[in-house]
Amino acid sequence: MHVCQNNGRLFAALKGWWFGLLNLNKIFSGILIPFCLATFLFACDKDAWNNPYPLSEQQANYLYSSFSERPNHLDPARSYSSNEVEFTGQIYEPPLEYHYLKRPYELQPLTATEMPVVKYFDKNDQALAEDAPVEDIAYSVYEIKIKQGVRYQPHPAFAKTADDQYRYHELSKADIDKVNKLSDFKYTGTRELVAADYVYQIKRLAHPKLHSPILGMMSDYIVGLGEYSKTLGAAYDKLAETHGETAYLDLKQYPLLGAGVVDKYTYRIKVSGKYPQLLYWLAMPFFAPIPYEADLFYTQPGMQKKNITLDWYPVGTGPYMLTVNNPNREIVLERNPNFHGQTYPQTGDRGDVEAGLLDDAGATLPFIEKAVYKLEKEGIPYWNKFLQGYYDTSGISSDSFDQAVKVGSGGEAQLTDEMLDKNIRLVTSVGTSTYYIGFNMLDPVVGGDSERARKLRQAISIVVDYEEYISIFLNGRGISAQGPIPPGIFGYREGEEGINPYVYGWVNGRPKRKSIDYAKQLLNEAGYQNSIDPQTGQLLILYFDTPLSSGPGSKAYLDWMRKQFKKLDIQLVFRNTDYNRFQEKMLKGSAQIFRWGWNADYPDPENFLFLLYGPNGKANYKGENASNYQSGAFDVLFEKMKNMDNGPERQMIIDEMVSTVRHDSPWIWGLHPKQFGLYHDWYRNAKPNLMANNTLKYKRVDEMAREKKREQWNKPVIWPIILLIVVFIAGTIPAVSAFRRKERMAAR
Amino acid sequence: MIAYIFRRILYGIPILIGVNLITFVLFFVVNSPDNMARMHLGMKRVTPEAIEIWKQDHGYDKPLVFNSQAKGMEKATETIFFQHSVRLFVFDFGIADNGRDIGYDISQRMWPSLAIALPTFMIGLLVYITFALLMAFFRATYVDLWGVILCVVLMSISGLFYIIGGQYLISKVLHLIPISGYDVGVNAIKFVVLPVIIGVIGSIGASSRWYRTIFLEEIGRDYVRTARSKGLSETRVLFQHVLKNGMVPILTGVVVAIPLLFIGSLITESFFGIPGLGSYTIDAIASQDFAIVRAMVFLGSVLYIAGLILTDISYTLVDPRIRLN
Repeated sequence: MHVCQNNGRLFAALKGWWFGLLNLNKIFSGILIPFCLATFLFACDKDAWNNPYPLSEQQANYLYSSFSERPNHLDPARSYSSNEVEFTGQIYEPPLEYHYLKRPYELQPLTATEMPVVKYFDKNDQALAEDAPVEDIAYSVYEIKIKQGVRYQPHPAFAKTADDQYRYHELSKADIDKVNKLSDFKYTGTRELVAADYVYQIKRLAHPKLHSPILGMMSDYIVGLGEYSKTLGAAYDKLAETHGETAYLDLKQYPLLGAGVVDKYTYRIKVSGKYPQLLYWLAMPFFAPIPYEADLFYTQPGMQKKNITLDWYPVGTGPYMLTVNNPNREIVLERNPNFHGQTYPQTGDRGDVEAGLLDDAGATLPFIEKAVYKLEKEGIPYWNKFLQGYYDTSGISSDSFDQAVKVGSGGEAQLTDEMLDKNIRLVTSVGTSTYYIGFNMLDPVVGGDSERARKLRQAISIVVDYEEYISIFLNGRGISAQGPIPPGIFGYREGEEGINPYVYGWVNGRPKRKSIDYAKQLLNEAGYQNSIDPQTGQLLILYFDTPLSSGPGSKAYLDWMRKQFKKLDIQLVFRNTDYNRFQEKMLKGSAQIFRWGWNADYPDPENFLFLLYGPNGKANYKGENASNYQSGAFDVLFEKMKNMDNGPERQMIIDEMVSTVRHDSPWIWGLHPKQFGLYHDWYRNAKPNLMANNTLKYKRVDEMAREKKREQWNKPVIWPIILLIVVFIAGTIPAVSAFRRKERMAAR
Repeated sequence: MIAYIFRRILYGIPILIGVNLITFVLFFVVNSPDNMARMHLGMKRVTPEAIEIWKQDHGYDKPLVFNSQAKGMEKATETIFFQHSVRLFVFDFGIADNGRDIGYDISQRMWPSLAIALPTFMIGLLVYITFALLMAFFRATYVDLWGVILCVVLMSISGLFYIIGGQYLISKVLHLIPISGYDVGVNAIKFVVLPVIIGVIGSIGASSRWYRTIFLEEIGRDYVRTARSKGLSETRVLFQHVLKNGMVPILTGVVVAIPLLFIGSLITESFFGIPGLGSYTIDAIASQDFAIVRAMVFLGSVLYIAGLILTDISYTLVDPRIRLN
């Protein structure tokens, strides 16, 4: 015998189980009958079995959404990307916000009592008139008066003892050892919002440990901010020598020239020259208030080790507060009990009344009690849950496009019958984004200001058929761009006057791409007779620099792009690199042709035209001008335009600038994406607002209707399970008898 | 045995240093500290100054493995490799590049991974061995033949198909279980059932065939003939003798996998929205968070070494002829 007998116990349990499994009576009595009974009992229950939410949440006034990547930063000095401001926008309240319904986008006061009035001063500190020439303005002062009585959400940073001392500002190591999350602090408190909190946050933009993404840019505008960051850096280093990484730098002790408190409810921002775009920034969480108590509370030694930081647990005055931040499962925003109150807009845009978007006019905000964001990393489960009624809204991915949308006879997007049966609504909007193909203007072949290069770029712009691209790769979700400015932004022109005359003609009331023959003619004029490169005597070869992508459609895209260049007999060679190498190429200016894009920060043409401003060149100045385009005429006009108020004069300058860049063609203008949103009929007040990030407060759900639909759509189907059990039993009986027969034979 | 285990642990240290070094080199061949800074600071409006400050703050402003500017031992210690790796050996995983405490995140995320991996492992083991024993019992019959065919068919299907098909059939068509998600405590059961069923079914083919091969090999040995000649029933032969002797090769593959259950499964966790360590690692790679990647690779190596030691120990339990010395 190979194995000793002393380890028999190890197998006793296993053996019993196996022998038990082979006993048919036990199978029936022990497993199958209880299972069938349980199945039938569950079937009698009217609740949907596949409901991923707790029973206690049935008919609750909750909104259900998801996140696929956890937000990295919830500190308003750092959060910038859309998956971050989706949360910070509901929690923090900057002084201004965008009107929810009006288009074009319009700013309105949020915590400010009125729109800030700007005053201009010359270099001798003398006040200037409103219409003073830009060159005379040395600096501008924005004075912002905030509402009284606005209070912060309940938070332990404000909790005080009976003798008016902060309860949690001097925690010992033992105290911190006892907590793992913010809700472990038993007591909370609040206090009134004051102007000093706004100034404190502006100072935080320069904090050496926060790495605010807008510090560099704002240092050009807010007076003294650049110097201030150096001062804070030196002060922090000194402090860190004694206090280590958790040193608390009291920003109140360091005055900033460009931001100061006027009185308890008024503060002032001083910017160099004229910078009207500051108002847009004042509608972003970067300029939301932070109470110094929060900073003091979170910087205590041991807090970071517990992941209790301001970057993780925000403190705001907004309609919602973050109560659960578990990136492993869910993020929950709950109504802030201290919210100062706001009402739904009384007026809107054309068609809003008919769309029911003003049904709630004047109603108290917010409507939703709790917003639950679940971790959902894959699109398929999300889409199926949306169809089951477990998510209230959904975008449309390429995978589910055909299931959701069909294209009508006039080319318009319509919902499929399956969506219509569920009363799902489709809302579309053109994004304030632009995706383009850039020519590196530093490149000796496609770049430069020569007529040869310009005609080459124009010819290529004609043959890269973006209408076809939108149809093949985006299922029609986009419009061909005619220039850098997308629709919805001041300066964009529609119709015939808005087309790019170097690529399109106006035929039968619509733009028509110029012919391939015309493009070939341009190529010949550029010196590439029959596409032959005079330098080599061979067909012209161009290089398309692209980061490696394994996503579906990436190879198809490259094939399609090669085909476009082939129309001119140009050989397109792809230089695939990983994303980091690609970024390095862009920074060094060694790419030739590349794909790029930009999402608007704010609805001003300056935010798009600056992408072509010479001193923003990526290779030379590390700016956002990825194609390194430089045109003296354009730059002069840009400097003039950027500080102007919207009006005919500004429009005229923008037209001239757009005309210049269309002629120079540093980009193949690409497309502006169309966003498709699907909404269940119980989800109300849905209007895409691509600028505002605090729109949750306007949303409303009819929870009773939702629950009814969920029950209707998710009735459990159990007959296949019963069938499976029957088949299993039927298959087991002959197997068991064969087993016993064999057993008896073996025993004999 | 204690001396043996101690020796094995000591052997593990150079392995861990080597793994760390390889991870470090591979990571920094693809990612430079500048890229990491850019990734963490965002793609818009990032200035070179901000990148420098980020690198300084996170200790990525030093040379990678050799500091020619430093003196003496500092040539080796004042480097990114040393500064970021040495703490791992006392299991101090440090702070992630995104500011979160890695040790805390691991302690939170390993439970969902275990909630899926452990039942899949246990139930799977019982199902695979049972099925393999049945095939061995009915060897050279139609049951065996169709069992093997079924195994080959199941092996040929992609794991992703089981997941998507399972979600479609069980959750979307039959409405029996939530399609994805996770919860704590008892509420986790309804989210765990489907991934476990799919995990078990997805591996039946390969595992059962492997176990069947082991059992058939054992069945052909002399001791089995002796047992039969003594008049033992086939069941006793199979379960009391063949199973025990087949345990050594089974344990070789099984015990080493036990510690790695903590690491979780990338695809399953991703499709079912399970917030485990598998998705933690992949998210870190995608966001170029070297601190997390390094910690997870280190943890994986430690667990693998622990698994190998446990395997050696388990041999002594099932086969007393084996001595660890």
